Amino acid sequence: MAELTYRDAVARGIAQEMARDDDVIFFGEDVAKAGGVFKATVGLLDQFGPIRVRDTPISEQAILGAAMGAAMTGLKPIAEIMFSDFLAVCWDYVANEFPKSRYMTNGQVKCPLVVRTGNGAGSRFGAQHSQSVENWCMMIPGLKVVAPSSPADVVGLLAAAVRDPDPVIFFEHKSLYAVKGEVPDGEIVDTLGTAKILRPGKDATVLALALMVPRALAAAETLAAEHGIEVEVVDVRSLVPLDMQTILGSVGRTHRLFTVEENPRLCGWGAEIVSIAVEEAFYDMDGPPVRITTPHIPLPAADALEDMVLPTPARIVETIRRSLGS
Amino acid sequence: MAKKTAEATVLDRSNDDIGEAVRLELYRKQQVIRQAEQRAYDLFLQNLVKGTSHLSLGQEAIAAAFGTAMRPGDLSFCTYRGHAHTLARGVSVESVLGELMQRDNGLMRGKGGSMHLTSVEHGVMGSYAIIGAHLPIACGAALTAQYKGTGDVAVCFFGDGTTNIGAFHEALNFAAIWKLPVVFVCENNLYMEYTAIHEVTAVKHPAADRAAAYGLERIVVDGNDADAVYRTAQAAFAKARAGDGPSLIECLTYRHSGHSRADPAKYRPEGELERWKERDPIKVYRERLKSFGIAESVMTSIDQEVARMVDAATEACKAAPMPPEDILFTDVYADGGWAWRN
Repeated sequence: MAELTYRDAVARGIAQEMARDDDVIFFGEDVAKAGGVFKATVGLLDQFGPIRVRDTPISEQAILGAAMGAAMTGLKPIAEIMFSDFLAVCWDYVANEFPKSRYMTNGQVKCPLVVRTGNGAGSRFGAQHSQSVENWCMMIPGLKVVAPSSPADVVGLLAAAVRDPDPVIFFEHKSLYAVKGEVPDGEIVDTLGTAKILRPGKDATVLALALMVPRALAAAETLAAEHGIEVEVVDVRSLVPLDMQTILGSVGRTHRLFTVEENPRLCGWGAEIVSIAVEEAFYDMDGPPVRITTPHIPLPAADALEDMVLPTPARIVETIRRSLGS
Repeated sequence: MAKKTAEATVLDRSNDDIGEAVRLELYRKQQVIRQAEQRAYDLFLQNLVKGTSHLSLGQEAIAAAFGTAMRPGDLSFCTYRGHAHTLARGVSVESVLGELMQRDNGLMRGKGGSMHLTSVEHGVMGSYAIIGAHLPIACGAALTAQYKGTGDVAVCFFGDGTTNIGAFHEALNFAAIWKLPVVFVCENNLYMEYTAIHEVTAVKHPAADRAAAYGLERIVVDGNDADAVYRTAQAAFAKARAGDGPSLIECLTYRHSGHSRADPAKYRPEGELERWKERDPIKVYRERLKSFGIAESVMTSIDQEVARMVDAATEACKAAPMPPEDILFTDVYADGGWAWRN
């Protein structure tokens, strides 16, 4: 067991898979010599050399297109899009090419690739370098969408993504890169499509993803300590496939459902989960599901302003406390 | 080379770099494309081809020449105007027409349609309907070939309109810096959809005049001359296989029909189509073969054999069932299904 940062876990996960399989290659902007702008890929160039770890020009379409062409022909590319906001400049590949190639060709074309991308707010970078865009990808049939919250999950889910035969969009949260956590020694391979109950509780289910997971856990501490409310915190981890069994199982025990989402309100991932829960577990619930999200606005740059709009532990506590009427 | 004698034109085959067998293949491929495309057009008029469709009538020499010059293992990346390039790799007319008619015997059983013809077993890695998307994808396939040392080449076909989209420029730079074994083939048919390409492009030759920006040779070839295209393809393939990187080839040609089934092509100046039809690639090539001493009857028998094959394919497609409901939910994901939740 070693304590690793989330950013070091990224490099460890990539290295684990590159050491295992020569078909895994890795490229993106500033990822090789510079070790990534978030320093999440330091050491990979030295370990695996310039044929397998490559710096690219600022050409997001070429990065994702080349990843797809390599994936179709037998390699297992990992491509980095530096900020997830930049998926918008290569959206054709994410929305039209990766996810539809297998279906349109009646199963002839495969697309086993991973796009890693820095997602989320907290760095005070403003509206075009801070978004949480996992919900953009969630709505496209054919993609898999993962967003880990801890260093151990980064390694295990990244390994699972690389080994997965489908295109996986892997959202790393920029504000988690410095967070430390225990990571078991040896090879770690997790399972896509599995949510994880991080804290059991009987009074409400709280779903969270990525940076919202530690905030939900902090809120749970306060709710228990100050209000006697025991919430069950579920790290959703994977939006596609979506582990509804774990989520509905939790709701069946707690009878209340809350989501904590960093994405702006409309069509956030919680909206889909809530709609499923309402259809399938309506009579299990003692009150309406409640979504705690960033409001439907572009993100401001100023720290004072950004802090006002992202869900905080205090807001989570207050929303749950009021909803439960205690 | 042909020499005139007192009696007749006789052929000096010793001087010919292409040879009769390859020439007949080039001719036959052009005929297959011509007749299959003409049939596709006729089937529109009978409302048996559904959706849209983009024909290569008049542009057959390019697909035929590249298809002939490619070897097994080389990979084709086509556009929505991709019937020709698919047929040129040996994919059956029946499976192509079946896909256009959206029947169960189609190449993708109707799940892709005319714009996405794909036959991985023939090295046709897809037809891409978003302009420019497949240039970077072809780079990726070339990266695999380079990484694994297969010696295979990725060949990427596109129209003149593609030269003005960002992915074209990103892909060319990518291919050049990594010296990828990819050959970019611009079919300049003078029109990007409904607009003359020269009206919307800063340079006269939309592909070739951009080559220098990526350190590549400027190559313009007569796209209606299968021999010229074939020789150019061979040179580019030799360069790619030698590890000397990509090529960008601009083939000058002309489409005889409109952009798509919806387009009567009324924007073309009077007489333009007729002038280009004088240089119809199949007409040009028949004359070429005759000049090399190949009897008219040889070509005629190829024409007839292809016609019988296209007729048989048409009948098979008309008789084929519609795709069944159970394939709606297959192959969304690699496990064969579409499940996104448990």
